[in-house]
Amino acid sequence: MATSDIQVAEHALQHHFADMEQQRETSTFGMWMFLLTEIMFFGGLFCAYLVYRASYYTAFVEGSQKMNIWLGATNTAVLICSSLTMALGVRAAQMAKPKLMIALLLVTILFGLGFLGIKAVEYHEHWVNHEFPGPNFHFETGDPEHPATDAQHTEIYFSLYWAMTGLHALHMIIGVGLVLWIVLAGLRGAFTPHYYNPVENVGLYWHFVDLVWIYLFPLLYLISKKHGG
Amino acid sequence: MATAVQTVERENYLNANYGIKSWLLTTDHKRIAMLYLISITAMFWIGGFFAMMIRLELLTPAGDLVSSDTYNKLFTMHGIVMVFFFLIPSVPAVLGNFLIPLMVGAKDLAFPRVNLLSWYLYMAGGITALTAMVMGGVDTGWTFYTPFSTTYSNTHVIGAAVGIFIAGFSSILTGLNFIITIHRMRAPGMTWRRLPLFCWSNYAAALIMVLGTPVIAITLLLVAFERAFHIGVFNPQLGGDPLLFQHLFWFYSHPAVYIMILPGMGVISEIVTCFSRKRVFGYEFVALASIAIAVLGFLVWAHHMFVAGISVYAALVFSLLSYLVAIPSAVKVFNWTATMYKGSIRYNTPMLYAFGFIGLFTVGGLTGVFLASLGIDVHVTDTYFVVAHFHYVMVGGMVMAYMAGLHFWWPKMSGRMYPEGWAKLSALLVFVGFNTTFFPQFILGYMGSPRRYHAYPPEFQVLNVLSTAGSSILAVGYVLPMIYFLWSLRYGEPAPPNPWNAVGLEWMTSSPPPTHNFDETPVVTWEAYDYENQPQEEVTIGH
Repeated sequence: MATSDIQVAEHALQHHFADMEQQRETSTFGMWMFLLTEIMFFGGLFCAYLVYRASYYTAFVEGSQKMNIWLGATNTAVLICSSLTMALGVRAAQMAKPKLMIALLLVTILFGLGFLGIKAVEYHEHWVNHEFPGPNFHFETGDPEHPATDAQHTEIYFSLYWAMTGLHALHMIIGVGLVLWIVLAGLRGAFTPHYYNPVENVGLYWHFVDLVWIYLFPLLYLISKKHGG
Repeated sequence: MATAVQTVERENYLNANYGIKSWLLTTDHKRIAMLYLISITAMFWIGGFFAMMIRLELLTPAGDLVSSDTYNKLFTMHGIVMVFFFLIPSVPAVLGNFLIPLMVGAKDLAFPRVNLLSWYLYMAGGITALTAMVMGGVDTGWTFYTPFSTTYSNTHVIGAAVGIFIAGFSSILTGLNFIITIHRMRAPGMTWRRLPLFCWSNYAAALIMVLGTPVIAITLLLVAFERAFHIGVFNPQLGGDPLLFQHLFWFYSHPAVYIMILPGMGVISEIVTCFSRKRVFGYEFVALASIAIAVLGFLVWAHHMFVAGISVYAALVFSLLSYLVAIPSAVKVFNWTATMYKGSIRYNTPMLYAFGFIGLFTVGGLTGVFLASLGIDVHVTDTYFVVAHFHYVMVGGMVMAYMAGLHFWWPKMSGRMYPEGWAKLSALLVFVGFNTTFFPQFILGYMGSPRRYHAYPPEFQVLNVLSTAGSSILAVGYVLPMIYFLWSLRYGEPAPPNPWNAVGLEWMTSSPPPTHNFDETPVVTWEAYDYENQPQEEVTIGH
């Protein structure tokens, strides 16, 4: 078992690296650097959010009250669970338990698809309520007693909502694809305790996408419960 | 190219295998560099064509050659092609790709397949942007200012923005590859303090690529969304803020000029020390000045917005910070000059280009200090003064450095020597043509001639004619190298491994290098640029 592990590991060593350790360190470093670019990518949107939330706070509060907090909270829980199964999956790869790894990663994929499904339900709700920016955009609080005080600026809130959660959902879809790729490679027996850095790197990506949502949820859903700020 | 290598006996990266597939699916950093060389040269001529159309239109005061709409498209497409598809990839993607693994003693970049992917992304982005241009063009200026770009322009803004978005990821991946390679792939003994300055400056530029490019990517994506789906992040009708667009745009696009100039500075550091036969003066300062420029470069973006309506206090702070960039830039210029002092200077073509670079970059840099000061900036904003300043840094600086580097490393890349006499002539033509083109524009701008107009008052004609005449000299200066580089592939003298008697690991392998770069991994036991302890051999080619 041990010798075949090392054979697989040597097969996985690319020609331009001196040894497996250099290869693993390099690929992990590369992944962290990529995640840094992702932070800057989302950073532009978070910056726009900050500016407009400061300018149109009332509109942001009114927009956020149209969010379905329970679906959002469920999705947060789903993602946190998916990160747990992902982390356990990486550990299983490290401990030479390929079947356990595949099982855990399949559960991670299910959680990921669950998140996307719930998100789709939310998107549908907003769509039928005309809460999508553009010519058909229409905003009302749904409570005739308390009409919106700043309805005209809620469109910016919803522009950011769709852009930020849409980009996040796109990252989720890519993440599901990546985990599926790891599962398929795992079925072929590609990973051993000497060579599992693709599993680790996809795990890092998954945790990053999870973390983005951890920020998006309070920023978009939980601005203020009180009416009109 | 295939015929050129037949006479070279030793196996190298060019003759290791043949056929279109061996090039399009290669993961060899040297071959990818060649793919980039071919594609960015094509982009350079496309961008140059737009520039020539602009100069021809400005030959006469009346707007007679093209309509004002066409003129708007011409300067927009000139800017987009030259900035995003030529200047930003030029030195890093061609010379950096080829040289960084050689210089640090590695077999390849850290992620060879990612490197190939970056070329495909560049091509996809380039073809997307060119398609938008063929279908009718873009007229927003290369800056895509909102709300004109999002609401009013009825040209192909989405195509151009998506093209730049895709090419941006090529830039991010190249930068990422360089950073990881320099951190993790150095040969034994190649410490940070022995790292060639070309690697230091590409490292600094790569930091900007990695941290800045994602911001322009998301910004242009929002512009495209705003046009396609009418989301309203930058739309003033909905309360959106066009100034936010300018902040996000310049947060990348100002540091981007350092992506363009820093690798060029690295080229100049290598050449000045080699042709002065002296260790570069103040190695540590030149190296850290690159990092300082990269860091400070992120803190000065709003000096593009002094007249856009930002608060006067913000303008004061950004003005002050902009002055600070002059310090590390001046450190470099002074140290290059000090390196030449009492050196035994040889006037080969790369050195001629380097002289041109130092002089023209100094003019471009100093006029940048003028523009950083609030009072003068208000006077010359959106005039030809800004155009001249920018081109002194980008063409006089960066393109000069790119040409210098191409000549310096051409023997290594192609295995052939270029004809020295013709090359010196082209360096001279570029210098004369460049100054004739752009110096009159300083005067035009100071006299108040605004940029981006296709017609102008008759009293400006003399200077404009001078500028157009200069641009045709410049064009000849750029056509010549293209011809003799191609000529040298077949007829050039075979290059020895180290034609310039230079130090540096890239000169210790054969020309062109074998696929694995070095027969054995080199072990570095000497300091960088140890020219004093090297035998003073005469250079065999030219003098």
